[in-house]
Amino acid sequence: MSAQERVFNETLLSVENISLSFGAVKAISDVSFDIKKGEIRAIIGPNGAGKTSMLNCINGFYHPQLGQMVYKGAVRKQMKPHETAANGVARTFQNVALFRGMTTLDNIMTGRNLKINKWKTWLLAAAIFVGPTRDEERVHRAFVEEIIKFLEIEAIRKTPVGRLPYGLQKRVELGRALAAEPELLLLDEPMAGMNLEEKQDMCRFILDVNDEFGTTIALIEHDMGVVMDISDRVVVLDHGSKIADGTPDEVKKNQDVIDAYLGVPH
Amino acid sequence: MFYREAGQLKSSYAGDEAIFPIVQDRWAMAVLLLFVFGVLPFIGTEYFYQAILIPVMVYSVAAIGLNLLTGYCGQLSLGTGAFMAVGAVACFKLATAFPEMNLIIVFVLSGLVAAGTGLLFGIPSLRIKGFYLAVATLAAQFFLSWLFNKVTWFQNYAPSGTITMPPREVFGFVITGAHASAEARFVFCAIVVTILALAAKNIVRGPIGRSWMAIRDQDIAAELIGYRPFQTKLMAFSVSSFYVGFAGAMAFALWLGSVETAEAFDINQSFQILFMIIIGGLGSILGSFLGAAFIVLMPIILTNVFVGIFDMQAVTAKHIEFIVFGGLIIFFLIVEPQGMARLWQLTKEKLRSWPFPY
Ligand SMILES: Nc1ncnc2c1ncn2[C@@H]1O[C@H](COP(=O)(O)OP(=O)(O)OP(=O)(O)O)[C@@H](O)[C@H]1O
Ligand SMILES: [Mg+2]
Repeated sequence: MSAQERVFNETLLSVENISLSFGAVKAISDVSFDIKKGEIRAIIGPNGAGKTSMLNCINGFYHPQLGQMVYKGAVRKQMKPHETAANGVARTFQNVALFRGMTTLDNIMTGRNLKINKWKTWLLAAAIFVGPTRDEERVHRAFVEEIIKFLEIEAIRKTPVGRLPYGLQKRVELGRALAAEPELLLLDEPMAGMNLEEKQDMCRFILDVNDEFGTTIALIEHDMGVVMDISDRVVVLDHGSKIADGTPDEVKKNQDVIDAYLGVPH
Repeated sequence: MFYREAGQLKSSYAGDEAIFPIVQDRWAMAVLLLFVFGVLPFIGTEYFYQAILIPVMVYSVAAIGLNLLTGYCGQLSLGTGAFMAVGAVACFKLATAFPEMNLIIVFVLSGLVAAGTGLLFGIPSLRIKGFYLAVATLAAQFFLSWLFNKVTWFQNYAPSGTITMPPREVFGFVITGAHASAEARFVFCAIVVTILALAAKNIVRGPIGRSWMAIRDQDIAAELIGYRPFQTKLMAFSVSSFYVGFAGAMAFALWLGSVETAEAFDINQSFQILFMIIIGGLGSILGSFLGAAFIVLMPIILTNVFVGIFDMQAVTAKHIEFIVFGGLIIFFLIVEPQGMARLWQLTKEKLRSWPFPY
């Protein structure tokens, strides 16, 4: 994939001099990078490097003490998570955060929550159901069925997700994020704990999403093989600081990166 | 193999989204409704209506209400009794202040008053969760009980401190007051319960229900995908309180006729209804009915067995009742947190594959 280098011009998100600390712990210090529209951008680094914290800053769950984000050309003030969601950012979580008591179908339907017409499904209409609410439900159900087909999870449509194996849960979680039709999709270790076959499937889904819908993807991943294969550009964090940024090939050769991964003391 | 899902392929999502997607379930429901409306009103005795059927219906509505909040949205409340009291008092005040007002409107408004009160007491849920929220709702319980007791305006200054429902008609039938027949009250209750249960089922299977369950299962993830926790919880508090308040109005006007508010709707009521949804099934409308029926019927059955058959003293029977009760609650909490509704579902799954289990 990285063999034919793809070129992207338009910046979707630029992270500018972000610093985040929890009391004495500095999770991120003065990190800047950008994400171009349409690319697959990997964020890598050893454990505790600040990768998840970075995603949390991007979608408004953490508020960095310093720096700013420019998203779609506008400087973003402190946004609440549901506001970033409304602005086209969707994500999956390092520790699967599905709604365990709900079925696969319902979980993915929750991803549509911002697309569902509030007037057609307000309380009284919902209580009557027949009519506007049912029509609205059918429209979104049809959309969700497309995702279910795409992710090849037809068979577990009605299964409560708490009963699913880990690999499938990760897939359902991707489905829930896709249901929001995001412009920027944040994936936190989508392949952790998967076997080879599951990883290959997941890679295929990620590439297909990017390819078919043009979705910009930022992903955190520990499997270097996967990162080198599917990402256009890679940013490397270590102890909260950025130590490298570039194409997979450039990053692979970078001495700081090699040291960081081998655990060379600073 | 009476009970089969196989072979009933859904040709569209429309068939799939029905409340009872399986034909046998639809038939069972039809038979049940036919029985409730076509047979029960003609065969019951006064005792049967007053001691069993009407209380089961009233408590079913209250249990549905609490289940919406606790079972679906995950917000524990110990103030159920107080919100029933709000419904009862509102019903009394409205019925006496506006004698011309249609009884159905009186009930709906009573529910709405309770909904507003619930909304108010739901505000702390923004900040506090779980156990601490339960304590806050407990405060609501004691505060409202105290208020209705202290401020005699709520009882129209009756020196006895009790409120009594005046006689009212609906479509020419006397439904409330001393002369309302038990049959008429039962049929009215049954209609109301059917409508409210259907509405609740519709709400929980749609977008609102999903928002509640999302908050219940993973509030942070829910917020990150666009739900607004505060609004969602407040909605659950008010809809829940509407049902609970409606149940309070029913208990007062259709069942008891005359109550001393603080006593009839005390903390024990709150716990009773909580037990109903635990035993019946958290997050299940069917479970709310099963739990209500179970908790109304169990003491009656136990008393009959112990006192009637074993010739035990009533006090002893009461004690045994407490023990059985406690045991069951522990059983359901540990072994089957999804309650009787889940046991029922498992039985159906077994039946579905019977006689070939694999
Ligand atoms: N909510 C929090 N409170 C306190 N410290 C935190 C919090 N979140 C993250 N940290 C700290 O910030 C640092 C970076 O954590 P982060 O989870 O971002 O790392 P990561 O790169 O995602 O690591 P991993 O590969 O293990 O997932 C760690 O030292 C962590 O302990
Ligand atoms: Mg992480």
